[in-house]
Amino acid sequence: MAKVDAMMPWKEVPLGGTILEPGNARKFKTGDWRSKVRPVTDKEKCIKCGMCWIFCPDMAYDPREDGYYDWNGTYCKGCGICAKECPKDAIQMVAEGE
Amino acid sequence: MIADDLKDFKKFTPKTLPREEPFVSGHRACQGCGEVLALRQVAKAIGTPMIAVSATGCMEIISSPFPQTAWAVPWIHVAFENAAAVAAGVESGLKILVDKGRIPKKEIKVVAFAGDGGTADIGLQALSGAMERGHNFVYVCLDNEAYMNTGIQRSSSTPYGATTTTSPAGKVTPGQTTWKKNLPAIMAAHNIPYVATASPAYYLDLMNKAKKASLIKGPAYLHIYSSCPTGWRHGADLAITVSRLVVEANIFPLYEIEEGRYTVRKNNQPKPVEEYFKTQRRFAHMTPDMLQTIQDRVDRDYQRLLQMEGMTNPAVAQKEKPKGATAE
Amino acid sequence: MAKRVGMEVSIAISEAVKLANVDVISAYPITPQTHIVEHLSEFVSDGELHSAFVPVESEHSAMSAALGASAVGARTFTATSSQGLALMHEIMYLAASMRLPVVMSVVNRALSSPINIWNDLSDIMAERDSGWVQVFAINGQEAYDLTLQAFKIAEDPRVLLPVAVNLDGFILSHVIEPIELFEQQEVDPFLPPYKPVLRLDPEKPVSMGAFGSPEVFIEVKKQVEEALIGSQKVVAEVWKDFGQRFGRIYKPVESYQTKGADTILITMGSITETAMTAIDSLREKGRKVGLVHIRLWRPFPFKEFLQAIKGAKTLAVLDRALSPGGVGGPVGLEVKAALFGKDERPYVAEFVAGLGGRDLTVDTFIEVLDKAEKYSQKQKDFQYELIGVREK
Repeated sequence: MAKVDAMMPWKEVPLGGTILEPGNARKFKTGDWRSKVRPVTDKEKCIKCGMCWIFCPDMAYDPREDGYYDWNGTYCKGCGICAKECPKDAIQMVAEGE
Repeated sequence: MIADDLKDFKKFTPKTLPREEPFVSGHRACQGCGEVLALRQVAKAIGTPMIAVSATGCMEIISSPFPQTAWAVPWIHVAFENAAAVAAGVESGLKILVDKGRIPKKEIKVVAFAGDGGTADIGLQALSGAMERGHNFVYVCLDNEAYMNTGIQRSSSTPYGATTTTSPAGKVTPGQTTWKKNLPAIMAAHNIPYVATASPAYYLDLMNKAKKASLIKGPAYLHIYSSCPTGWRHGADLAITVSRLVVEANIFPLYEIEEGRYTVRKNNQPKPVEEYFKTQRRFAHMTPDMLQTIQDRVDRDYQRLLQMEGMTNPAVAQKEKPKGATAE
Repeated sequence: MAKRVGMEVSIAISEAVKLANVDVISAYPITPQTHIVEHLSEFVSDGELHSAFVPVESEHSAMSAALGASAVGARTFTATSSQGLALMHEIMYLAASMRLPVVMSVVNRALSSPINIWNDLSDIMAERDSGWVQVFAINGQEAYDLTLQAFKIAEDPRVLLPVAVNLDGFILSHVIEPIELFEQQEVDPFLPPYKPVLRLDPEKPVSMGAFGSPEVFIEVKKQVEEALIGSQKVVAEVWKDFGQRFGRIYKPVESYQTKGADTILITMGSITETAMTAIDSLREKGRKVGLVHIRLWRPFPFKEFLQAIKGAKTLAVLDRALSPGGVGGPVGLEVKAALFGKDERPYVAEFVAGLGGRDLTVDTFIEVLDKAEKYSQKQKDFQYELIGVREK
């Protein structure tokens, strides 16, 4: 948890409370926020258009060499935008655990 | 001349979008936040090297909870009303240090991000000053139409009729009673080379505009529609839906103003405004009268935009886009 | 070699800023600071000073732009007074806590209302707790010297705090005084270019101004406090270095005719030199009076102050700002706090005078010293006395 990491002695706090490690928010797994559903892509229907990727507010899709997009459960908050916007209805929001 | 600045500009296509993410996962934005999506798309389009300046607001808070930062680029936040002034200082500092040979000559984009509060209200003075002085930077207003970070209070960018915590729809007053302040027009009045509106649903349009803004020498202003499921009370999966409908209904038309020349994305068979308002509970109380007032005003404002295009950019005004709005 | 000329103090300050080869000047005009920034603007426009002059649209933006520039590693300067300083207030605290070494001339002027363009110290006293290093000049030469030194102090990696050089509005800023000016080649070895510890750099991205939860806020403030307290050592080093190079040695607290003095007058700013005339005239009459003036206000030099007033039975503090409904003035408060719990505690008579530019003459200081001694004899119990108010 970020709060635990903030508990550093005063001499170790970077100058002015500056954060020295760019993009270290990646350590925070916003995927833990998901409670009910997560997106699942049917590769048969997927046309590799990239809408799921470019419309994700959490950058929870990683582009692959073969043109498909890997879902990243570490960060996905389960908003469902990708499922809503997929032009081929290839993405369904399914209950967690399925 | 912006033509010179843009001579090597190649538009993004769906297959040539930059992969780099100057803004990373792990940020604390709400599920389905349209604003962080807009920020992401702008940052991707502009790319590195970039120095980002944020005003206090949702994006600043969710991106920088010490000791974590979602910014993979250098970033500074000072206060609420001064993103443009801080950016002006960053830009001036970089310029003089290069001039004096103290840092290597490098094209570093200076980009200020602020919400509608930090732009149209408390931030307007600093923005006006920076635009008037002509600093070479991009100012991005991420407009979620209220002071969302502090709890959904109204701003001058809150649309007529919307309920917010300081313009609530009550027994006596029906939500916001003033019309949304026209920031792009105010910016154009500063004679800056580039002003544009964009919506994340039209991501190619948005990213191309952001790229252009960053290539053009001098101040550029982007006004970006940023949906907020929390403040607007709509489902977490509707960010793109509302961001598309608002354009399709001509409530948030997409246009550019390049050296004073308007280019408007045509939408001559708009959807009725009611269809847009139905999607968000912040408009649930609107009466038919209010809806009609809004419809008339939206129609009028769209016609005015076309007139501005006709007056300033006759070459473009002749062309007609296909009937109805189409997503890119 | 240095040359001594008669020069308006504001102009001298701009000469010092030019010698410091600042990179960015962001400023907004306000009387009586205007001559400083006007002259700097001329230097830039004539190519005599290679700086970015940013004519911002308010003082709030002046300090904001200064922080942005400092954050990318530029040596940054601004100047203001009174309402302008008040408008910057929000950002003053940010400058110190974000550890950005901006240097600012504060040309002290009363805070409205009534709107008043003349000198008192209410403007800077409202910034007392901002975390800035704060020094006070008593004459034009000091204003010039302190400005040059300010950059070296601010930018020292052990400090990295903004520095405010205070000079009295009109009384110093607009008068012509003899100033010994330096040459660029003398100054350069004293003040090399700014080498930031942290800066906004795409090669090494950092996030400045992060959101600080209760878990970390105190620790950042502790750092600022330690840096501010520790800056006194750096100030002493810089003053020693300056003294060795240029012959004038500055101390945080200066004593004048305090040897054997029963009563000591405590002052800050240019009233000091007028007060010294009063001290001289009283000494001629056999009165055992002296003067101590405080040059370094923040961090407050407690040790040096107590040393300077040792042996005095009575202190007469002359404040140029008022804390209404409370303790009188800020200097009196600091003095009383310095004495708290000490074995040797002289009687403290506090006087607030010269608000809004009301003139303070030699007679005023004589009056103050007479009153201080009278009250001391009677051990009069009072917080402070406001001098010069017309009752009739």
